Formats: sequence, structure tokens, C-alpha cells
Amino acid sequence: MIRVILPAHLRALARVAGEVHLDVAGQVTQCAVLDALEARYPMLRGTIRDHRSGKRRAFVRFFACQQDLSHEPPEAPLPEAVASGAEPYLIVGAMAGG
Amino acid sequence: MSGVRVLVGTRKGAFVLSSDGKRDKWDVSGPHFPGWEIYHVKGSPADPDRLYASQTSGWFGQVIQRSDDGGGTWAPVGNEFSYEGTPGTHQWYDGTPHPWEFARVWHLEPSLDDPETVYAGVEDAGLFRSTDGGQHWQELPGLRGHGSGPSWQPGAGGMCLHTIILDPSSPGRIFAAISAAGAFRSDDAGQTWRPVNRGLHSKGIPDPAAEVGHCVHRIAMHPSRPSVLYMQKHWDVMRSDDAGESWREVSGDLPTDFGFPIDVHAHEPDTVYVVPITSDSHHFPPEGKLRVYRSRTGGDEWEPLTSGLPQEHCYVNVLRDAMAVDSLEECGIYFGTTGGQVYASADAGDTWAPIVRDLPAVLSVEVQTLP
Repeated sequence: MIRVILPAHLRALARVAGEVHLDVAGQVTQCAVLDALEARYPMLRGTIRDHRSGKRRAFVRFFACQQDLSHEPPEAPLPEAVASGAEPYLIVGAMAGG
Repeated sequence: MSGVRVLVGTRKGAFVLSSDGKRDKWDVSGPHFPGWEIYHVKGSPADPDRLYASQTSGWFGQVIQRSDDGGGTWAPVGNEFSYEGTPGTHQWYDGTPHPWEFARVWHLEPSLDDPETVYAGVEDAGLFRSTDGGQHWQELPGLRGHGSGPSWQPGAGGMCLHTIILDPSSPGRIFAAISAAGAFRSDDAGQTWRPVNRGLHSKGIPDPAAEVGHCVHRIAMHPSRPSVLYMQKHWDVMRSDDAGESWREVSGDLPTDFGFPIDVHAHEPDTVYVVPITSDSHHFPPEGKLRVYRSRTGGDEWEPLTSGLPQEHCYVNVLRDAMAVDSLEECGIYFGTTGGQVYASADAGDTWAPIVRDLPAVLSVEVQTLP
């Protein structure tokens, strides 16, 4: 079970409170987690990454285990602590705008 | 008793302001989608309970919201706006080619007769249509592809398609306006387009009378006389009597002819409203006085409307989509300001009162007249 923490605006859009828990089959990568997230909550499509290219939106960041994973390849495995559910995968709206 | 519903888009959410036909007591609902920029909210003329809203964020991009109960509840629908084919380039601010990139939806224009069909004007300028209530969007690529697209440049606010007018008497005729490209017309439901800017004169471009390149801020039409169009250009208030084939200036005795919104009285096709703004470098009213100007002669002769509006120390702006009229027997006029006020007049502009004073900066105002 993967634990995902969404930023407040996306929690409101998806109408969820607190963490989102996802089951991801196979290797746990950022791409697989986001695929599972968007399958569960289709209204989030396009708000985290581009519909077609899958590219992360510029002001969205991905954190886990005190690391910034935003620039990691989408197909790279996530840390074991995320895959096991010990640590959450955080989707963060970057601090911007003053 | 009939009533009105005022749909307000702001920098930090949407608000729905409701009143009966007297329009003196208001119920304020919102913010809907708090914290998001709401560029536009508009109801279907065919089903007043069907509303569409453009919800955007610099972080999370575009969301389209739909309500089927007059704004009581909302649900997100489709938000994929992909240009047809290879998008190509337009000109950037520095004159270099810049790839077409979707940024946001500025304006939503529901079909006149089908609640499921709605048009979206977007930045970078393009026109999209959904025929399934906003679930899926297809570009009408003939607009960008008619030939002049690579020469279009953005205005200061971005290269946005901000005005969509559906001609009620000529099915298939659509007008669109783009900053800073100009006005365009289709006579075949959006398949093919041509510029309709003859008569516009813009000093800020190399050829002041160019076919495209004009910073059109807003166009308005009265549904009973669709061949007559009124335009607030960056500078100049213009009028066309031949569905855009030619334009003439009707700024007349306005104190300044810079501004953003323009609208037409619901029952008097020759009564037009604008909000003069000092200049393109001073985006506030002249002399700190917020004045709507009304022409009862289709332009040229204008009168200031000031009763109930601040006449000192007022330095707000009124944006292009932030004025609307209702169609009650005594026409109501509404506009919102960047200072968060929404003003209403229930007597065609003679007197004004704020409905609300302290909203976030208002981006758009639309009105539904309810049975």
C-alpha cells in the first residue's frame, strides 16, 4: 500500500481528506504511483503532469524520505520505505509567488 | 417572480450573487473553488441550471467545472486542451517564433440552444469546442491555421482568445477576438475563418492598418441586430454595421477611449456601455473617478454615469469580461473591479450600488436572467 499526500488544492479537487492510499502492482515507480492516482481520481489528470507527455508541471514537486525526487526519471524505483508504506510520497505545490 | 444570478470569477474563487427581480437584496454564495483563479463562469442560454467555469492555477493548470443545478454543486469535467496537429509557432514578445502552448481557458461560451455544447477561448490563442458537456474538447484549428497565425503576438496579459460571440440569426456564424491579433469571423461553424479588422487603426504596430495585429479588448453584439458590433480596442471604441467587414471609430466625446469591457443594453441596441480607463500605462479611471459611460446613439455621444460610484480616490480597473447585462424589463447592468467590488444598476446605469465590496480581484462577471 502506497501512501500519497496531496497538496491542499488537489485534495479539494479530488474531494479527499488526509492521505490517499493506493495499491500499485509491480515495481513502484513515480510513474506507476501517478498512474494509479490518476486512475482512482481522474479529475487530477493534467494537474500534476501533462496529459500527453507525462512531464511534471513546472511548479509541482515530488518528495519522499527527505529527498527531492522531482528530477528523478519517472521509471526509477521509489525508495523501499515508500513502496512498503512506511513513508509517504508527497506531491507538493512549489513555494512560489512571493 | 423573475430574478437574476450574477456569476463572478475572481483571482481566488467564484461567487454566485442571487436576487429577485427588484435587485436590491442579494444572497452571496462562495467562494467556490477557493484559492484558484476563476477566469470565467457562464450559464447555458438553453438551460439556466447548466453552468461552466474555468478554474486555473499556476501550479496545477486548467480545470473545467460544471454545475447542473445553477451553481449549487459542481463537478470537474474534461481539462485536456490539445492543439490539432503540429501546433507551430506564433511570435513571442521579442519577435522570435514561439511554440504554441496551452496556458488556460479565458472564456467559455455555451451554445445558444444545446446545453452540452460549449466553446472555449484559450491562451495561447485557440478555439475549442465540447459537445458532451465539457468532458472532451476538440480544437477548431481553422482559426489558428487560416494563415496569419504565425504572425500573432501576445498582448501584455498573454495571447488570449477572450471573446466568442455566437450569432443567433445566422447559425454557423461565430466571431472571436484575440489579443493582440484582432477580430475574426467564421460563417461555417468554426471550420474556416478570416480576419475582420478593416478600419481598425493601431498606432502601436508597424502598419497601423494591418490586417491582423490589433489588440482588440472586447466585442459586443445585440442579439436582435447581429450585424452591428461594438468593440473596445486597446485604444478606440469602434463600431461595425456590416458584421465586421468594416469598422469606424465611435469614441466621440469619451474622456479617454482606452478601456476593456463593452456591452449593449438588453432592449436598446443603440445603447452601449464602456468604462474609460486612463491609459495603457495607467490602468485606473481618469481623475480617480469610476464612471461608466453610456451612449444612447450607438456611439459618438457619451454620458457619464456616476450616481453611486466612487468619484474620488478610485484606482481600480474593470477587466474585459467583467461587465454584463440582464434582460429584465428594466435592464440591469453589472460590473466587477480589480478592487473586488461588484456594482449593479437596476435602472440601465442611472444609479449604482455595490452588491459586494471586498471580493478578490474580479476577472469576470456574467448574468443570468431567471424565469
